[in-house]
Amino acid sequence: MLDSSERWAKETTEVTTEGATKDSMSDTRSDLTVSLWRGAQQGRYESYKVPWRENQTVLDVVTFVQRHLDPTLSYRFACRVGMCGSCAMTVNGRPRWTCRTHVSSVVKDGRLEIGPLENLPIIKDLAADMRPFFEKWQRAKGAFVPARTRNHEIERIRPDSTARIAADAAIECINCGICYAACDTVRWNSDYLGPAALNRAWTLVNDVRDGANAERLQAVAASGGCHACHSHQSCQELCPQRLNPTASIAGLKRRTMWAYLKGEI
Amino acid sequence: MNVHLYVWQRLTAALMVPLVLVHVAVIFYATRKGMTAADILARTRGSIAWASFYGTFVVAVAIHAAIGVRNVLTEWSPLKDRGAGIFASAFGALLLLLGARAVVAVVLP
Repeated sequence: MLDSSERWAKETTEVTTEGATKDSMSDTRSDLTVSLWRGAQQGRYESYKVPWRENQTVLDVVTFVQRHLDPTLSYRFACRVGMCGSCAMTVNGRPRWTCRTHVSSVVKDGRLEIGPLENLPIIKDLAADMRPFFEKWQRAKGAFVPARTRNHEIERIRPDSTARIAADAAIECINCGICYAACDTVRWNSDYLGPAALNRAWTLVNDVRDGANAERLQAVAASGGCHACHSHQSCQELCPQRLNPTASIAGLKRRTMWAYLKGEI
Repeated sequence: MNVHLYVWQRLTAALMVPLVLVHVAVIFYATRKGMTAADILARTRGSIAWASFYGTFVVAVAIHAAIGVRNVLTEWSPLKDRGAGIFASAFGALLLLLGARAVVAVVLP
């Protein structure tokens, strides 16, 4: 059984050997100092030395620590190619999708500080509890409710219709939770549904096949809904899919306001 | 904040835009002309126009500010919707009372 310092020494030797044979893939001229959150709600940042490589993502760094330095480190990932939305963490103070974030683009003075997503409970280490995030999707009526059955003729949707263009602009959300972690309003108001759930609601409000928009508009117009948004636009700034939840929320504000003035909600 | 409060806050804000501009213009006019308190009171006392103008202004301010204070309290204090609503309503009522008192003082003959 090796203690952690012996393991690190062993790993350093391996990496150096690899670096000597694969210059194009690694660069061991200096190390990266990585601080990782350890523990649950109560915890602390612990530092690790990780070899610097020209071409590595933040997820690669976390994986290196877990595979070679401390196997008890907990974190979450799946696809590693920016599709599943499961690997989001707080990197040097900002929420990011770690599998598609190159270390070289976020490192500061050779240091990385990586923590779990903010505005969510921490399960352990870098794994945040996503339940409040998805419960708010349910509250915002984020599930598609078909207005027709399979016995009806298929609805024809014109791609150039105003509603479809609005839905398409917001539909590529991967549920990573970055916007939720970045949102000041979520931080101040735990009741607020958050950018992702409201963005999802906006796509369904613009889906002519959906049959639950009265309930949906009611849900997003209630306390903690779209009107709580301050339009700070952190969600738009940090969304890895380059979506604009702020614009979606503004659309919901307009739509619910007219529905209210017409007495529909 | 819900859609009900949102609509009231936006409507009162829209209403206050021209009122603020006229109010500021009146301040500039009165100071540039060197008008005394007596000059001003001579124009406002018994004036239904000025009573309506500042009466509307006071009501809009009381509603708008109370909703804003409620939002600040729900986000920045331990108060929840109900507690913040009670506090903000009291604040709005105070603004209405003070504002109405000021309007009455300058428009009653």
